[in-house]
Amino acid sequence: MNAVVKSGPSKLWTDQNRRFDPRRLFRSALPGLSLLIVLAAIYDFNPRAISYFGFNLMLNLAVPVALATAAQLCIIAVSDLDLSIGAYVGFIACVTTTWLPTTPLLGTAAILASIVAYGALGALVHWRQLPSIVVTLGMSFVWLGLALFVRPQPGGLSPVWLSTFMGLHVPYVPFPIVAAVVLAIVLHLVLMNTAFGAVLRGAGGNATAVGRSGWSLLRIKATAYAMAGVLGSLAGLSLVGVSSSADANMANGYTLLSIAGAILGGAEFIGGRISPIGAVMGALTLQLATVALNFFQLPEVFPGFRIPPEWQVGAQGIILIVILAIRALINRGEA
Amino acid sequence: MKSLKESLIRWRRRPWIWSFLGAILIWVLAVGLAGGHGGWSVFTTALAFSAFTVLVGLGQMFVITLGPGNIDLSLPANIGLASAVAMKVMDGSDARIAIGLGAAILAGLLIGLANYALIRVLRIPPLIATLSSSFVIRSVGISYGRGLQIKPPQAFADVVLTRIGGISLPALLVLLMSIFAGVVLARTVYGRSVLAVGQNARAARLAGLPVGLVRLATYALCGALGGLCGALLAGFTGGSSLDVGAEYLLTSIAVVVIGGTSVAGGLANVPGLWGAALMLFLTATLLNSSGLGVDVRDLMTGLIIIAVITLAGGRRSLR
Repeated sequence: MNAVVKSGPSKLWTDQNRRFDPRRLFRSALPGLSLLIVLAAIYDFNPRAISYFGFNLMLNLAVPVALATAAQLCIIAVSDLDLSIGAYVGFIACVTTTWLPTTPLLGTAAILASIVAYGALGALVHWRQLPSIVVTLGMSFVWLGLALFVRPQPGGLSPVWLSTFMGLHVPYVPFPIVAAVVLAIVLHLVLMNTAFGAVLRGAGGNATAVGRSGWSLLRIKATAYAMAGVLGSLAGLSLVGVSSSADANMANGYTLLSIAGAILGGAEFIGGRISPIGAVMGALTLQLATVALNFFQLPEVFPGFRIPPEWQVGAQGIILIVILAIRALINRGEA
Repeated sequence: MKSLKESLIRWRRRPWIWSFLGAILIWVLAVGLAGGHGGWSVFTTALAFSAFTVLVGLGQMFVITLGPGNIDLSLPANIGLASAVAMKVMDGSDARIAIGLGAAILAGLLIGLANYALIRVLRIPPLIATLSSSFVIRSVGISYGRGLQIKPPQAFADVVLTRIGGISLPALLVLLMSIFAGVVLARTVYGRSVLAVGQNARAARLAGLPVGLVRLATYALCGALGGLCGALLAGFTGGSSLDVGAEYLLTSIAVVVIGGTSVAGGLANVPGLWGAALMLFLTATLLNSSGLGVDVRDLMTGLIIIAVITLAGGRRSLR
């Protein structure tokens, strides 16, 4: 409750008048800095990784992760949380590999219906004032069940156009980077630069105020969730385009990864405070860190100190904790 | 007549009644499907498995009762690590059972303390804090356990699998612990403080309650219960495994919610945990025995969670 009060109009107003606060500058630069540090570490392990082909390889899975993070960001913008996005991406991947190549009409209808279901979920959350964590927790079971129904065994086919698109070779700049930049810009324009985006974030900051000034909160919530559904579907499609087969459980990790990416990118859990560009960078950072730890077996962090393979998961946790600790320090100074 | 009506109203106000009604309904369906046989054994099996769910559910319930945002996502990693710690310390020797149990609980307790340290010192939201720590705990578990599956001491496995009058010993233990937890919540300073913090942390602080200490104790308690669950599960399943806790991430939250505990905090419900745990296990049994696959089971679990929370209403019911 406190946070809602804090991010009221007066706070917004003072924020705009403190443009040259170095702490704020550092805070907003943190996602970019983290990305640079991870890139520098990779360069240190193997300079050849920082190349056209290196990036194509390392950022292979970054596009679906970034899209899932963008989906999560839409939900975080209205101060909710989506614990079902991973299961949903898996479900869409199953639909894509099972129905899209042979019965495109059925596949497309299933994906559209799922997006509608997502929007309806947002409406339900607002209508009954439900905690989003619990509702989406329930939905994660639903999507997983549906995914297993569509595709009981791993496998399937990727539609040709999808693999072709995801395997696109853009000259000079690797395709995943182009895709990430386009995603970041579009997301930034929609969420940060349009009236609609402002209302959306406003509903996350102070729903009562937005409701009293005449906006339909039901429509806002439904739209935010439907947007997450669209982005989640794109994540599922792109995941199939990269991996060319599907498995109901293939994207379960995306739920936590997407939350972590959005938070790394500078989003706050409550108050509608988000940063789309930061979120995409956060997703890339996490993806690169994972790949770096997987690709370069036993990377030497300091001379004589290597990360044992069993610590690869733990390293992700430690990276998260360190970056959040730095941000907590900055925030403490700001307050 | 009047007293009957009054008591009916009183019963209706207890949200846990629904989870028990659901459990009974599904039990009747399951037994009916089996031709009316084996009702008692279905029930005792459900009790034996639900005991573990309730054990972690108790910890999760205390944490969720602390108020919005409070949640422990590190339980699965905690359970996995504790099962490895218990088995390694016991080392297959009957004489070391108590030390092993103690070590597992201690490991869980330390994890709980570390979780709270992250939340408090680094001001990380509990969700992200326990998520990050679960990654780290998982790595500790992998490097500690080295993928070995150590068998539990014979006496420990025997005790965990013992049934008294058909009811398994862990179920009896957890039943006692549930009663104890109910008393703690209703009658002790600590329990009342947890509820007070969950209802309004600011008011609790102004009233002079040690809010930080209450939260610290609660995360530590949740961790310790996870540790105990890990040790017992290792005995129950015949060895430690890091993945033994995986299913408890979602079920621990699900039983708390279905059991009628308020997600907004400040309102806990112990009996509901049992009703919800039995209902989830019996649903799985029913769907398995009727030949439906894991897909329908997941679908039903999800729909039950959403239906229950929609019917019970969310934050509105608290105000």
